[in-house]
Amino acid sequence: MAEIPGSDHAFLADEDLRELYRLMVAVRHLDESAIRWQRQGLIPGYAPELGQEAAQVGSGYALDMTRDFVFPTYREMGVARTVGVDMVEYMSTHKATWHGGLYDPAATRFAPIQAVVAGSVLHAVGWAHAQTLDGTGGAAITYFGDGASSQGDVHEAMNFAAVMKAPVVFFIQNNGWAISVPTERQVAGGSVAARAAGYGIPSLQVDGNDVVAVAEATAAALAHARAGNGPAIVEAMTYRRGPHSTSDDPGRYRTLEAERADAGEDPLQRMRSHLVAKGLADEAFFEEALAAAKAEEERIREGIMALGPRPGREMFDFVYQEPTAALKDQARAWREESEHV
Amino acid sequence: MSEHATLSDLDAARDNTQSAAAQRESVEVIPAANESGQPAGPDAETLSMQQALNRALSEILEADRKAVVLGEDVGQLGGVFRITDGLQRKFGEARVFDTPLAESGILGMSVGLAMAGYHPIPEVQFDGFAYPAVNQIICQVGRMNYRSRGKLPMPITLRVPSFGGIRAPEHHGESLEALFAHVPGLKVVSPSTPHEAYHLLKFAASRPDPVVFMEPKSRYWQKGPVDTAASGYSPEGARVVREGRHLTLVAWGAMVARCLQVAELAAEDGIDIEVLDLRWLKPIDAEALATSVGKTRRAVVVHEAPLTSGLGAEVAALITERCFGTLKAPVERVTGFDVPYPSGDLEDEYIPDIDRILFGIQRVLEYRRG
Repeated sequence: MAEIPGSDHAFLADEDLRELYRLMVAVRHLDESAIRWQRQGLIPGYAPELGQEAAQVGSGYALDMTRDFVFPTYREMGVARTVGVDMVEYMSTHKATWHGGLYDPAATRFAPIQAVVAGSVLHAVGWAHAQTLDGTGGAAITYFGDGASSQGDVHEAMNFAAVMKAPVVFFIQNNGWAISVPTERQVAGGSVAARAAGYGIPSLQVDGNDVVAVAEATAAALAHARAGNGPAIVEAMTYRRGPHSTSDDPGRYRTLEAERADAGEDPLQRMRSHLVAKGLADEAFFEEALAAAKAEEERIREGIMALGPRPGREMFDFVYQEPTAALKDQARAWREESEHV
Repeated sequence: MSEHATLSDLDAARDNTQSAAAQRESVEVIPAANESGQPAGPDAETLSMQQALNRALSEILEADRKAVVLGEDVGQLGGVFRITDGLQRKFGEARVFDTPLAESGILGMSVGLAMAGYHPIPEVQFDGFAYPAVNQIICQVGRMNYRSRGKLPMPITLRVPSFGGIRAPEHHGESLEALFAHVPGLKVVSPSTPHEAYHLLKFAASRPDPVVFMEPKSRYWQKGPVDTAASGYSPEGARVVREGRHLTLVAWGAMVARCLQVAELAAEDGIDIEVLDLRWLKPIDAEALATSVGKTRRAVVVHEAPLTSGLGAEVAALITERCFGTLKAPVERVTGFDVPYPSGDLEDEYIPDIDRILFGIQRVLEYRRG
């Protein structure tokens, strides 16, 4: 595999390392809480990211949100939190309030939550090409998994990006499972990064449970793209420790023993050990980080509980910038015939 | 002629038509400016639809710095139909560029360009090549404005050389209007003349919503008057191409010219037909349908696409909802058949021809309540 030069280790100072841990704790606690919210009936469903905190926080931390743009799937809560998306507005998608979430994707530079597997990978290429045309120095990062890498759009996106030298980072979270199908039944050759050679795209396969390694790899890939060298691929090897969603039952396709054996070391524990070993954090720091995460989750939960359904007229309001007469007629009929007059 | 045409009138008309149809290659003429219902202003030029579309694209790129043209072979070659001829030379490779040969990629990339503030004008080389892009067209182009609560509009004008009539290989002649018209978030339009093509393309490219622009490829090389000034031109809704009293023919794209031929032939037998060029297939101008059929009390809708769940069904429903009390007969549909688009040798058997349209007219005029 081609090398991505210019990895910039210097950008992670001691305080950055502590911040990466705080972010991972916040994400972990919110993620686990969201499963409880679903069990309590507060939200109808959720797609947990347990075990992928390092991949998401590390990659998100490497972005420059003054000029970059994120193209997520439906499992990038950790990235959203890291780049500063309002988490009530983000989690509203899991409350079935609005498909894409309630946050402003243009202002946050975080594209609407995308339920179509690999749906937004090509969008990242188009957006990135626009940065070339405009000379902004911005780069796109597009997230997808080992399962999505089977989609034809991923091939088209990588090929387009390489041909056009578009500044885009393809960030794959290879979490071992596409719902019930393991990577070896999904990805021929066992690695998405290995495909990069065929496109002439440099790639990095990185330990996705090591938040520092992920942040550094992503920063290197972004630097490569910004410098006008075209796209880069980062494959973060991680593990989906939880179910695909709150409707999934992993017991039907993997044993607990296999799960424990394959999951490897918990990314939070790893970072905790790292901070302790470097003398950057003590017990008080970890307690404080957890307390902050709990307080944050409490605020988000209250926000989600307070969130009512959107007015029904919004079904009609956002279909077009310039609604058709037929749609206006339908909205009028709905108003007259429903209880929402 | 009285209110109803007589059977002998119709038989005579059909005889005339059959001989006319047999010589279609030689008799197919573009109606003069007046007959196409368009003002031939003092500045009108004679252009083919290909030239009119090329002129429109050039002016769009000139006026709108965010407009970009992309697709397969649209650069140096100028597109397989030469619609983008010379544009890359004039505006550079940043504004007019070739993509790899993958339609989902073209449309997905257009979505990203639109998210970055561009106004993409992608070309899908032939209608049948839109199928690999349907996921992006339906799930992304059509929904991004909605998904983003209006924050990420999709001002994409998707040009699709459409319909049949050029003896092309398989999936080079398809009529996808019903598929696209069914998708929330999309708008669909099809021009019937060079003048319409010029103005409708400029209008579509100026709007903030995605428009599927279906170009009738069999009309690319037919010439007609184009008045680029046309200050009174209205790009929205349907347009009456020919006024008549007895029956309304509803059509779009290449079928408009054919319906005008039918109307001229029928006129020789005293049947006075109104021809309505629907233009916009989404939104359909229901008021124009009601106004025309409210007057003529009879309607035949003509399209190249298969019958079942075709747009003719939507047109018939809209007419029936608005004109049920005054209709003299059920709305008739003269369409392609529920078959895959046939090979060139059978193309003329598939596309509604003058005879089949006249038979449809006859069924409506002869209809009696049972």
